[in-house]
Amino acid sequence: MAYQFSFEAIASNWELLARGVALTVVLTAIGSFVGIIIGTVGAVSRAWTLPLLSQVFTVYIECVRNTPFLVQLYFIFFGLPALGVKLNGWEASVLTMVINLGAYSTEIIRAGVMSIPKGLLEAAESLAMNRWQALRYVVLRPALKNVWPALCSQIVIVMLGSSVCSQIAAQELTYAANLIQTQTFRAFEIYLTSTLLYLMLAVLVRKCLNQIGMRFIERRKA
Amino acid sequence: MIQFTLWDIVSHLLIGMGWTVGLSFAAFILGSTAGMVMLFARISPNPLLRQLAKIYIEFFQGTPLLMQLFLLFFGLALMGIDISALATALIGLTLFTSAYLAEIWRGCVESLPFGQWEASASLAMNRWQQMRYVIIPQAVRISLPPTVGFSVQVVKGTAVTSIIGFMEITKTGTMIANATFKPMLVYGLVAIGYFLICFPLSAFARRVERRSYATYMR
Repeated sequence: MAYQFSFEAIASNWELLARGVALTVVLTAIGSFVGIIIGTVGAVSRAWTLPLLSQVFTVYIECVRNTPFLVQLYFIFFGLPALGVKLNGWEASVLTMVINLGAYSTEIIRAGVMSIPKGLLEAAESLAMNRWQALRYVVLRPALKNVWPALCSQIVIVMLGSSVCSQIAAQELTYAANLIQTQTFRAFEIYLTSTLLYLMLAVLVRKCLNQIGMRFIERRKA
Repeated sequence: MIQFTLWDIVSHLLIGMGWTVGLSFAAFILGSTAGMVMLFARISPNPLLRQLAKIYIEFFQGTPLLMQLFLLFFGLALMGIDISALATALIGLTLFTSAYLAEIWRGCVESLPFGQWEASASLAMNRWQQMRYVIIPQAVRISLPPTVGFSVQVVKGTAVTSIIGFMEITKTGTMIANATFKPMLVYGLVAIGYFLICFPLSAFARRVERRSYATYMR
């Protein structure tokens, strides 16, 4: 093969890639944090079939889970300005991540809430706790603990999916890779490097999430 | 300027939707064939084969589909192979699907009690016979709901192939949105298109799951 590999272009542009990695992590962090909060609200309203709220969440989940992330992104970035909501690439990406993870985590956390034995709720009731106290002190922690691994997988999947945010000019890792590619024409080297960066990120994020799970969900005494 | 009626938009999107369905279907069929091979490698008694399969699966599950497509697109070009967007999309999605399905199916095979292997071994079955007559028939039943569920992910994955220029429904939508200046309407219709493909699949997956759970409880 006559092609000469050259990784010089990457070495001289490492700041761009580092910035891209950082923004991908920030995007994922905001998306997961807000997404899990939405997911918890949705899960409880679905599991306890709260009127109206549970129907709203059912429609929301079905819409989000049955359409691709990329199309949601385009709809929010290109479509919403027609309603007067103008977002830049970064804001649209964050919003789509939140909406997407909100829907998936609702379904995941709901499974956790359903896995809590009914006896625990009855016990809480017999201690004169109201519904919200029971949720806060009895249900939530074991529910989250049961589904934490599934939640971690979903967060990693969504982080990898965020590479398509480059298409609306959110400056994350793939955007940086595309930028360097158009400047240096070293397409294969750059995409290989960023692929490996994603692989490392996936492993690291999973490790961090496991730590968070152990520290805050399993061990901490309320 | 050419005027687009609503029917013009919808009819073009329907053509794109045909390509989405076709690509998903082909990628799913080829991906499950390759996934079967990966599954056998992943649970093989040979440690080298097992390790290789593990790395393969880890790679495809730990990197974005978009990056895999870019690597294929530019990597094959480096080797002097001129490859179309359709071929790239099909190869990329097949590899992606095979990795996920192999991992899903491994979970199903390993969920069977170990006694099944021992019992069939004590009947003097060789490994192939164990697989063929004892393990696979039971694993298939368990694997049906997650496999159908994963087909939804494959359909949604085809949207990413629009970025490397494959003319499926998302790409068609982008072009029409640029020509008509009605992104809200067009992307809304694109989303409905995906929903019409994916919702029946997810509903079917849920039904199969409930039925198999009922069988299991009996």
